[in-house]
Amino acid sequence: MRITATKLVLQAQGRTIIDGVDLDIAPGETFGLIGPNGSGKSTLLRLLAGLERRAGGEVSLDGHNLRRIPRREIARRLAMVEQQAETTDCLSARQVVELGRTPWLSALVPWGAKDTAIVDEALYAVGMKGMSSRPWSTLSGGERQRLQIARALAQRPRVLLLDEPTNHLDIHHQLALLRLVEELPLTVVIALHDLNQAMGCDRLGVMSQGRMVACGKPAEILTPDLLRAIFRVGATLLTDPQDNTKVLRFHDIENSR
Amino acid sequence: MTEAVIIGAVAWHSRLIVRLALGLVVLALAVLAGVILGETPLPVSQVGDVLAHKLWGAASTVDPIDAGIIWNYRLPRTLVAAACGAGLALSGLVLQTLVRNALADPYLLGVSAGASTGAVAVTIMGIGAGAIGISAGAFAGAALAFGIVAALARAAGGGSGQLVLAGIAGSQLFNALTSFFIAKSANAEQARGIMFWLLGNLSGVRWPDVGLALPVAVVGLLACVIHIRALDAFSFGASAAASLGIAVRRVMVMLLGAVTLMTAVMVSLVGAVGFIGLVVPHAMRFLVGARHGALVPASALAGAVFMIAADVVSRVLIPGQVVPIGVVTALVGAPAFALILIRNRNRA
Repeated sequence: MRITATKLVLQAQGRTIIDGVDLDIAPGETFGLIGPNGSGKSTLLRLLAGLERRAGGEVSLDGHNLRRIPRREIARRLAMVEQQAETTDCLSARQVVELGRTPWLSALVPWGAKDTAIVDEALYAVGMKGMSSRPWSTLSGGERQRLQIARALAQRPRVLLLDEPTNHLDIHHQLALLRLVEELPLTVVIALHDLNQAMGCDRLGVMSQGRMVACGKPAEILTPDLLRAIFRVGATLLTDPQDNTKVLRFHDIENSR
Repeated sequence: MTEAVIIGAVAWHSRLIVRLALGLVVLALAVLAGVILGETPLPVSQVGDVLAHKLWGAASTVDPIDAGIIWNYRLPRTLVAAACGAGLALSGLVLQTLVRNALADPYLLGVSAGASTGAVAVTIMGIGAGAIGISAGAFAGAALAFGIVAALARAAGGGSGQLVLAGIAGSQLFNALTSFFIAKSANAEQARGIMFWLLGNLSGVRWPDVGLALPVAVVGLLACVIHIRALDAFSFGASAAASLGIAVRRVMVMLLGAVTLMTAVMVSLVGAVGFIGLVVPHAMRFLVGARHGALVPASALAGAVFMIAADVVSRVLIPGQVVPIGVVTALVGAPAFALILIRNRNRA
């Protein structure tokens, strides 16, 4: 599913948080959002999900304006994993993932065997199958994060929006998650902090002060000049002798002035 | 596969019917107990006789005075108690789920105080007429109080503690307004009556009140039942509910409207009875879990039974005297409130 945004703007308390962002993400593409803290990555994702009512501009899915699609229909096409998800309700891991079926159920379409199978599959995909009866309050940050991703998968969306999904995860689960995202036949927009992980995306958009200042293939984007200008770091591009992939190594430039 | 699905669906539905029937039996037994027990306990046989006479026209041998006590006094009183208990418990449950606050309850958030003010204003100043007029006044007061408390909580930063503090401010304001109206306009006898009613009192309840309380409780219950999945989706907050496909605004308006209606009508009938909305949903979460499919019917049933029990206790606690029912619910509710506070200490 193609997701496009034109002239997105969001102002809050007199501050411009998103300042005229245009985007066009092709079906099946994995699009990475990078940028320093506070550059507007999370807010842009919320705008793409249609969660900010005050936003100006337009988001569309396959050419249909998001504002004219009922919420339930949006939730069947597009799933979002925000950075923070907390509850004090005493839910089991499995019940959290079951929430993902909400947009598909109604009084006429009650929970069925198919829903159970989809939830099983989603739990399996994030490696939480064995912990499905554990209460939410006993799970670690990483386990909660994986459950939220499973919940999003259980929505069976065609667009997946992920806000720094590798936060809280140990390195094994970070790599497993990125591989899962790459293999999914979905359009994915993913905000990432780790620029080496961002190199795995099809395309990258660089956010700075609410604007998208660069957009293109990772190799064109992650250049020493841009990294110095936007992220205020120096970078050296190294080659991993094992498989010849490129790796960025960063060094501080502000203290060495 | 299809067969398995059909068998599964049949099993699911039969389980549902069994549970519904069980719930209704428990409710009927509670109502029966509420009618039998009182200052002077009446034998089951007499109660059965009167009910059979009134409902099916069976021949009756019961003394007309006893029959009058059963039919005109205890039965409507017990039915209104059940409706109020269910309505207040559901109100508390919905508020706790929607505002994501374990301490949300119509009494603590000042909604009941606003309803009292509205009801008193109508009673004393004679705006409108009869039970409907008083309920309409209570609804306006409840809605106003809710609006003010919500706006204040938001202006104060919208935290869990802020909401409860805003509720205290709202309760104080509306209780002061109530006292002001009474001092300004009521004569001594009216004032005494109103003060007694404010503490919660089912003594004056008659059949017309049943005709108001029962439909409102049923409408409130239905509003909750059709939004069971939406309520579940609020587990991770309103934003998460929206991304799960819930039309958050519409659901909020519908459910908070139902809460305001239920609280207003119940308060206008029996006074500001506190803590049911707080205690019952928490107890039910402990028993049936956090999912609203079980929580909504369980809370409605337990609220009804709890209120009937509180009413019976209020009648028999001091012989020859009726303790206000709000006193009984507060004696149980305040310690429970303390318990919930302590349990939530790490989450605030």
